[in-house]
Amino acid sequence: MELIKRVHAKNIVKWGKTHSDAIVLSADLTSSCEVDEFRDAFPDRFLSMGLMEQNMMGFAAGLAREGFTPMVHTFAVFMYRRSLDQIEMSIAYPNLPVKIFGFLPGVTTPGGPSHQAINDIAVMRSLPNMTVIETADATDVESVLELSNAVDGPVYIRMVRGQIPRLFPAKDQTMLGKARVLSLGSDVTLLTSGICTEESLRVTDILKDRGIGVQHLHVTTLKPFDDDRVCEALAKARFGIITMENHTSIGGLGSCAAEMISKFGINTKLLKVAINDTYLQGASRTFLMERYGIDVKALLHAIESLIGEKVDISDTDLTTSRPDSFFNENQQEAL
Amino acid sequence: MIYNGRRDPNLDRFFLSPTHYALTLYATLIETGRLDKSSLDQFNVDGSTLEMIGSEHSPGHETNGGSFGQTISQAAGVAWARRAKGDTGKVWVFLSDGECQEGQTWEAIMSMAFHKINNIKIVVDVNGQQVDGRTADVMNMEPLFDKFSSFGACTKQVDGHNLPALRKALEASHDDRPLVVLAYTSPYKGMEILKERYPHLHYVRFKDDHERDSFKQQLTRLES
Repeated sequence: MELIKRVHAKNIVKWGKTHSDAIVLSADLTSSCEVDEFRDAFPDRFLSMGLMEQNMMGFAAGLAREGFTPMVHTFAVFMYRRSLDQIEMSIAYPNLPVKIFGFLPGVTTPGGPSHQAINDIAVMRSLPNMTVIETADATDVESVLELSNAVDGPVYIRMVRGQIPRLFPAKDQTMLGKARVLSLGSDVTLLTSGICTEESLRVTDILKDRGIGVQHLHVTTLKPFDDDRVCEALAKARFGIITMENHTSIGGLGSCAAEMISKFGINTKLLKVAINDTYLQGASRTFLMERYGIDVKALLHAIESLIGEKVDISDTDLTTSRPDSFFNENQQEAL
Repeated sequence: MIYNGRRDPNLDRFFLSPTHYALTLYATLIETGRLDKSSLDQFNVDGSTLEMIGSEHSPGHETNGGSFGQTISQAAGVAWARRAKGDTGKVWVFLSDGECQEGQTWEAIMSMAFHKINNIKIVVDVNGQQVDGRTADVMNMEPLFDKFSSFGACTKQVDGHNLPALRKALEASHDDRPLVVLAYTSPYKGMEILKERYPHLHYVRFKDDHERDSFKQQLTRLES
């Protein structure tokens, strides 16, 4: 599996060259949010806003009112928590095209509860006019500028940063409102988002070898959540549905699925692999995923619970597995 | 109809920050011939855009400023953007003193000074009272002049009822900084009967028919 560094940093500079309306705002976390190269390339279109997130949100709204496309960058917690009222009243209510790039989702930081965005999807999804996107890999990150620019309104983008995997072919750009089908199967439907997609891929191939059919979809658009393919996948699973996310169990991907299940009257079981309504401590991603039950073992337990039998997969199988042999949508078309 | 007039790079823009003042803005639009007097019949009526707390769709409003301290940041963004586009029109903000208690107000002033935003003029209605009573008793904000100055604004202080003085202050040059004019006012100026209720003047409601009648008489005297 290919690992790439600072994908957003390169991508947003490339974007800036052809989009003179793009203004980047940062609250003292410029290199941490990978916009330092943009700052250096376009100093006239970079605004250092200091540690003043509330003002930054309103300022961005003012820029949007004048035809610019503000791209606000800081850690997600300082947006959806600290400046929620500003996001709501200055941006979401007037439906302004401010693009909000929130970094450090859930377990991706050892910074502890002040830095870990564990309920941002729940909060942002509840805002009228807001579109909510979550990235998982280099292709997702490369796609979000185009994708969010196409939305005539505010967009919240949950960003991964630093060294990230390339899970999906670069030419196969992420589309708004379209989940990626990663595998087909009729026993279990698995919906994953963000870093949990990479984690889940450690077991999905093995499950196939053991004869368990998993319909696996990677979700990037959490709102609107109206993808027909997701709905069909929820309806056809023999044993039921599993959602897996780097977010609390309330209001995130699992809740999106539950709402769709109830909306369409689908008779199925739903198990959520998610952070169980708790704040986390500061520690490594691997430790946190295991401690708070959003790792591959937690997923395997959920699958066993759903199908009602133990699956013959050892810890060694999980440790040595690599997510590099699933098929993409184009391949699916060829099947 | 665009109540604040057409938009043009050469023309000014006005932002009312505490949109609780909406009724005053509607009255101003009527006095300047931009809104019909009869529209006040729609004030605070279900389904009307003449809302009690002015909102985005209300006549004369650019923003919903019901959550204090937010409009000044938006106006700052508009001012930065207009400067970037080469607009010569200015941006005006009407602020209240109570909302200066919101930290965001100071964030906005600081950021405008830092980014040298000088195409913005801010008038603060320093009426010295807020919902709970006198500002000095709720959370003292004085000395406001020193505060705004130290946060980087070119600051002037005038009697807000002295219009020539107010106009002169607003014409002051302010180089590469925002201009803030502290307009000290009396919340019952021209309507002394309100003094009986001072300092509780936030959405005054009549206590009984007797009070309603006395206000009615006052209104008749004002209109004659």
